[in-house]
Amino acid sequence: MNAIEVRELRKSYDGVEALRGISFAIGAGEVFGLLGPNGAGKTTTVEILEGYRQPDAGEVGVLGRDPREAGAGWRERIGVVPQSAELFPNLTVKEHLELFAGYYAEPRASAEILALIGLEEKAAARGRTLSGGQRRRLDLGIALVGDPELLFLDEPTTGFDPGARRAAWETIRSLRSLGKTILLTTHYIEEAQRLSDRVAVLRQGEIVASGTPSELTAAAPASRISFRRNGEEVVIETEEPTRVLHELTEEAMRAGVELEALEVHRPTLEEVYLSLTDEADE
Amino acid sequence: MRLLLHQFRSEQKQFWRSRELAFFTFLLPVVFFLILASAYGDEDIEGEDGYLYLLAGMIGYGAAATAFAGLALLLVNRREAGLLKRLRATPLPGTTYIVAVLGSIVFVFFLQAVALIVLARLAFDVALPDEQLSLVLALALGAAAFAALGIGLTAFIRSAEGSSAVVNAIYLPLAFISGSFFSADAFPQVLRAIAEVLPLVHFIRLVRDVMVFSEGIWEHPTDVAIIAAWGVAGAVVALRGFRWEPRER
Repeated sequence: MNAIEVRELRKSYDGVEALRGISFAIGAGEVFGLLGPNGAGKTTTVEILEGYRQPDAGEVGVLGRDPREAGAGWRERIGVVPQSAELFPNLTVKEHLELFAGYYAEPRASAEILALIGLEEKAAARGRTLSGGQRRRLDLGIALVGDPELLFLDEPTTGFDPGARRAAWETIRSLRSLGKTILLTTHYIEEAQRLSDRVAVLRQGEIVASGTPSELTAAAPASRISFRRNGEEVVIETEEPTRVLHELTEEAMRAGVELEALEVHRPTLEEVYLSLTDEADE
Repeated sequence: MRLLLHQFRSEQKQFWRSRELAFFTFLLPVVFFLILASAYGDEDIEGEDGYLYLLAGMIGYGAAATAFAGLALLLVNRREAGLLKRLRATPLPGTTYIVAVLGSIVFVFFLQAVALIVLARLAFDVALPDEQLSLVLALALGAAAFAALGIGLTAFIRSAEGSSAVVNAIYLPLAFISGSFFSADAFPQVLRAIAEVLPLVHFIRLVRDVMVFSEGIWEHPTDVAIIAAWGVAGAVVALRGFRWEPRER
């Protein structure tokens, strides 16, 4: 059974359509990346799935339940990292974990969570004294303390420096290997590509592309072969890079010349993403 | 029940660690009492013993500062910080949470009332009250009513920044016209008429009658009814208007 099923989901705020009938499904144990620019509808989608918002139309099933009707038993099974929420300023890191652990029937030990999020040394630090990255890691710890099977991560690394982001990715990967289902929203292409089994690109409330990261790049525009001839850059766009490259090199070999600065460039997810989301501005 | 205690303990820990809350809601009424009682406690006020008059006034001010203002500020700040919303994603039932937060602030108010009474006894030789049951009932009634009003008030506060301005603008004038700090006898008729409609003057009167004249609260049904009515009104607004999610975002 799918962990999440969404069909024809619609939501408007004051007459503005935030979601225009999106559909997707997330299998159990899958990491699903919802990628899109700010204002595309990512948080609206996630908040409907978490039960905070009522959709205008469409069907939503999360762990087999309608989030608006689901009760405490259902919330035992989910974990939420909100996009923006503060911490209790006067509780320490460890006390946060212990407070939230108390809400669940079978919580994980706070020492275990501290190790997982790498905050052992900050266990006795109060919420108000933590840095941005440390707060975000504690957000993740709070979401994990109930040992959920489904995890919502709403822009979990926004504002991180590159080192902290990589560390967070490692943590999220380790969660995937524990078999957790994860819905990740992000506007970082690299993050979606590295962490997700499947990605959906959201633009102005619509899913404009979806598939595995490699499927998305495969469906993309042609590969590009570039080199320099007589000091001039030559660029060839082609759907058949193997054949074109073979012809080029054969010709150069016969002529006894070197193809200077020869490069074969496959489109990255970033280029695909930009080509998909650029249309929005036109 | 286990969950309630779990949350209550955390609330207590957070309250005493928060300098703002601990000072403005718990300590300030105690400090005011010491200052005012030293200044004019030895005179009669409205024909009553000055110390007792001020003691009842400060217990009333404490109820407004703690159960009303303190609770409203605490809840608005947590709501706007996204903390209440975050709690909604956990299995913790909303009512358990509210009862624990409310219980914690009412507990603080009781500690404060006891501290004031003990202090009055030690520093100014004020007799301990004999109608203890009535006193506890009066304090419980006042605390419950002001707490309900405090939760109801959160529905009208839209931001964390503006919250203390709104709350202070309500409870400080209320304490003044209700005679918390000195006799309101010299105040214009209009202000006194307004005070008569509001709950604090009745709460202070109830506490004073119980403590000074050793009367039972059942001898003052009008005061009890007005306080209770305000409490019910607060509870109705709270039930209809309380929000878990930030208003600003």
